[in-house]
Formats: sequence, C-alpha cells, structure tokens
Amino acid sequence: MNKEAEYVLRTVEERGIRFIRLWFTDVQGFLKSVSISPSELEVAFEEGMTFDGSAIDGYARVQEADMLARPDAASFQILPWRPDQQVARMFCDIVTPDGAPFEGDPRGVLKRNLQTAADMGFNFYVAPELEFFYFRDSGPEPQVLDRGGYFDLTPLDNAQEYRRKTINALELMGIPVEHSHHEVAPSQHEIIVRYTDALTMADNIMTFRLTVKEVAMEHDIYATFMPKPLEDFDGSGMHLHLSLFEGDRNAFFEPGSDNGLSKVGQQFVAGLLTHAAEITAVTNQWVNSYKRLVAGFDAPIWISWARNNQSALVRVPLAKKGKSSSVRVEYRSPDAAANPYLALSAVLAAGMAGIRNGYELPPEVQDDVHALTASERAAAGVARLPETLADALDRMERSELMAEALGEHVFSWFLRNKRKEWDRYQHHVSRFELETYLPVL
Amino acid sequence: MARARIEYRTIADIVAEPPPESAALLVELGSEPRRRLRAIEGLVTTNPLPVLLIAEPDHVDLLGSAVGLGDFILAPVQPAELELRLHRLTRAEGTDEIHHFKDLELNVLTYQATLDSAPIDLTYMEYELLRFFVEHPHRVWSREQLLSKVWGYEYFGGARTVDVHVRRLRAKLGEHRASWITTVRSVGYRFG
Repeated sequence: MNKEAEYVLRTVEERGIRFIRLWFTDVQGFLKSVSISPSELEVAFEEGMTFDGSAIDGYARVQEADMLARPDAASFQILPWRPDQQVARMFCDIVTPDGAPFEGDPRGVLKRNLQTAADMGFNFYVAPELEFFYFRDSGPEPQVLDRGGYFDLTPLDNAQEYRRKTINALELMGIPVEHSHHEVAPSQHEIIVRYTDALTMADNIMTFRLTVKEVAMEHDIYATFMPKPLEDFDGSGMHLHLSLFEGDRNAFFEPGSDNGLSKVGQQFVAGLLTHAAEITAVTNQWVNSYKRLVAGFDAPIWISWARNNQSALVRVPLAKKGKSSSVRVEYRSPDAAANPYLALSAVLAAGMAGIRNGYELPPEVQDDVHALTASERAAAGVARLPETLADALDRMERSELMAEALGEHVFSWFLRNKRKEWDRYQHHVSRFELETYLPVL
Repeated sequence: MARARIEYRTIADIVAEPPPESAALLVELGSEPRRRLRAIEGLVTTNPLPVLLIAEPDHVDLLGSAVGLGDFILAPVQPAELELRLHRLTRAEGTDEIHHFKDLELNVLTYQATLDSAPIDLTYMEYELLRFFVEHPHRVWSREQLLSKVWGYEYFGGARTVDVHVRRLRAKLGEHRASWITTVRSVGYRFG
C-alpha cells in the first residue's frame, strides 16, 4: 500500500470518518457518488469498488456492465459542510475488470490528453471564472433574490453571506479563491478560482459546483449553473484562463514579443481559433448553452482574438510587468454546465494542434466585431461560433481532432445522446411561438 | 520484538561511517561521565541518533542539563529493560513524533495536524509539504528543492505544483496564519 493510501486510512481512523464518498463523473458531467464505510476502504484501494456501469450515462451497455472505481488517494478530502457526521470524498479513476483504464471515463480522457501534452514537454494550467445564479427554488419560473426595490425579497446582504460561506468552504477544501463579486444580472455571482494543473482543476470545478449548490441548499435557496436562465440578462459562463508551462517556464511568454505571446502561445491561440467550432458542442453542451451565445450580452460569438476587446472569443490579457508566469490566454465561450474533464480536453487538444501543426495566428480584431457588416467580417476572416446545439454537433461529427481527443467511445456516445436531446427540443412548442404566431396565424 | 544487536564503535568510527537510521547509541558513562556526555552531545548534533545512556545513580544530576539525548537507564542494567528501552528508542518513527509551531501541532505518527487544537483537513501532499516546512523552518527552499524533497516525482503539474500547494496550504491555514509561509521573490519559500 502506498503512502497516500496509508495517510487516508490513518486519517479516517483518527478523525472518526463514518462515510467515504467515491466520486466520479458521467459523460455529461454529472457527479456520481458511491458511499463506503471505513472497513471497505482498504479493499477499495487494493481492488477498486465494483459497480454497474450500465446505470451510468455514457458508460457501458448491459453486457459489459461491471466496472471498478479506483479511489485516487491524493484527492482525499473531508467535506466541510457536514461537520456533525464526518464525511470525506475521493475522486476515482474507472477501470474495467481486467484493470485497463475505461475509455468512457471523462477523468481518464483528460489524463490521456494531459499525457499527450506532457510527452511534448508541456504542463497545462487552468484558472476558471465561474458564474452562477441564486434562485428561490428550482421551479420553472426563476425568482431572483435581489431584484432592486422589491423589499419583500431576500435582502442583498444574504446573497453576500451565501457567497462568503461558499468561499470559506472552498478554501477549506483546498480550492483557493482569487476573488468574487456580484455579476451583471440580478442574483448572479462570479467566483474566480486560482490556477492549478488541469486535472486538479477539473476535479475542483466538480467540487465547486457541488459546494455552491450545497451551501445554497443549506439556506433554502437554489443555485444554478444553467447557461441562460433569464432571457433578458447575461447568462453564466466559464471563461477559462489557459497557460502551458515547460517545467518552471511559462511557454506562452516571450520578452519583447509584440503581442505579448511567444511562438508557442501564438500557435496555441491559432489552434483554438481554427478548431473553435468543432469543440463547441463539448464546451457548450446543452440546448440552452446557445441562448447565451447571442449578441448583446457580453458573450463571444465571433471566432476571433484580441488583446483588449470584450467581443473576441480569445483574449490575451496584458500581463503585469515582470510577471512572466501570469501570461495566459482567456477562452471565453465555455459555460459552467460543461463537463470540465471533456471541456478541458477539447480546449487543450485544439491548442496543441496549433502547436503541432505550426498554425499561423491571424491578425487581432480591433473593432467591435458585432458592429461589423457580414461582408466586413468575411473580409477579416471572422466566422461565427455554432448557433445551435445541432449546428455544433454537425461540426463536431466531422472533426478528427475531437474523435481523437475524446476517444471513440465518448465521441460517439456524446453525439448520439446530444442528437436525442436536440430532437426532443425540436418537438417542443415554445412560449415564443405561441405568443408570436398564435394571435396572427 | 527482535533482539537488539549490539556492536562496539568508537566516535571516529561513527563519524566516518554513519550507522543506519534504525540504530541507537548505547553509551556507558562509566568513570568519566562529563567528558563522555560532551563528546556524545557533540556527536549527535552532526549525526542525529537516539541515545541510551547507562548511568550510575550519582550521574543523574548531570543528566538534567544534557541536550538532545534520548533516554537513560541506571546500572546495574536489567537485560529485559535494556531491550525494551532500545526498542522504544529505535522505532522507525524516531523520537520527534509531534512537531509544534506556534499553535500548530503536527503528529507524524497519526498524520494529523491541528491549529489551536482544531483539526485541519489536509490532503496527503498538503500534509507532507506542511510537515517538511515545520521540520525545516526558517530557511529558504527553492521550488525544485521542494519538488524533489516533498514530492520526489513529477506530477502533471510540474514545478508550478509547489506554488499551487503552497497556496492551498495558506488557504487552509487561514488568513492569520497564511503569512507563516513567505514567498521569497525569485527564490522560493520560507516557513516561519
């Protein structure tokens, strides 16, 4: 037994932990959990816990159902929101009964992509900006908590209190927060998490979403990462700040380069732009995701880059002088309802393709891209991100890059599943149609 | 309990060829207690080994001021007592089982750390990093040194892993204690 597992066993004993939750993620990014008691822990480390994979979305067919969840002892963490009943969690890797990594496991998919980057000498770092809404409940008519002037609603102070408690819980779980603030829309909040390596960050995003929801639930409210819950206001995104390091050196940094980026950095951005449309189905995986990617709400829709232009898809923020480690690129289209393991895999694969194939970075966009005419945009070579989920799936289906990055299993299951989702949506007659067409047609 | 194997060595032997970590020094104070004590104190500052002194009843007064020595046993020696005391001294965990720094207590045996008696929930690597800092305070460590001494292997994180863990550790230590770990610009980190 390795030292990490020994540490976990000892801590469970010393701290009187009653339950250990083994966490893993299905292909759509829903957190799954199996609870085990301390007496089963040693077996879980040695052999893994058997479960029925056919019950998990995107995992297996009935005839190949047996899977094993192997806890990653390095991710052992006591959960701070159940102080009375001492519960801890570990993230798991999913393996088949013969011990091979299961190709439908999103965490395994990300590990594989990180290994590909590591083989080229790069470590991938990510810092996300996570946006979400607080509502009174999860009912179909979202009720905000802090719409100005309505004094019968929960006062603003309470939302700050929820946010403070959330940040506290995050920090106790080793997820340091850079800062947080009330967002543009009513009842909308943003918490910016400090960068870490991409695998830990994907785990952290899963933990983050649960923590935000748990704290809200404790206060009888509801927190949501739905990309666009309020028609007239900004949606919730997950801007990703990305960087590659070669050992201790930021591979995106080059002193004196005219746009602040090294050759590698420029190629990475070119990769993101070239493959943006193909990876969008994964970074924005819901029908609703595309209601956020529209003009007029600060969300990016044009495939372009800039140093300082909020309408661009990729932004290269100005690094502080002498802070070479902070040079990074910001990819602005993803939303926080994506599967973080797959989204980070897709984004990394796009960027790495740029490096591997030596893509040229197109010129930076200077103007507000929304304001250009269609022919001006065409002249500047600026295309649009997919407008709907169906559109995005078409682009993904033709993408060798995505088949490679996700692996055949996840790639084909994802497409099948999302086609079905789109189909169901197509059958739906919306309020818009009834209100617009019924009175006149 | 395995029987202790006792070998005769001079101080020069020990300096020339340091014994394994599982060894202890068995020292008879005999007729020159002061001289031997000084010699042993000098030796263990450079070769930190647990020490079992065999003392005469009238040596006990001297032992009060002896620094850094493990345990003593009074002559005449009972073989069973000698075995037991040697065994306790040479357990793998050594003698420093609990480290203190201000209101931090870190127990090496149980892997638990407390602040002002309240437990802190650390992951294994956070715990190992904190332990390294507490065991080696007041000196500056570079990221590479920390990576090789604490991690000992390359993770997907590479050298920036150290920064990430320091930040997480600071977050868990909380606002008031975060400054225990100071960033030494373009060098690395110092604890305490």
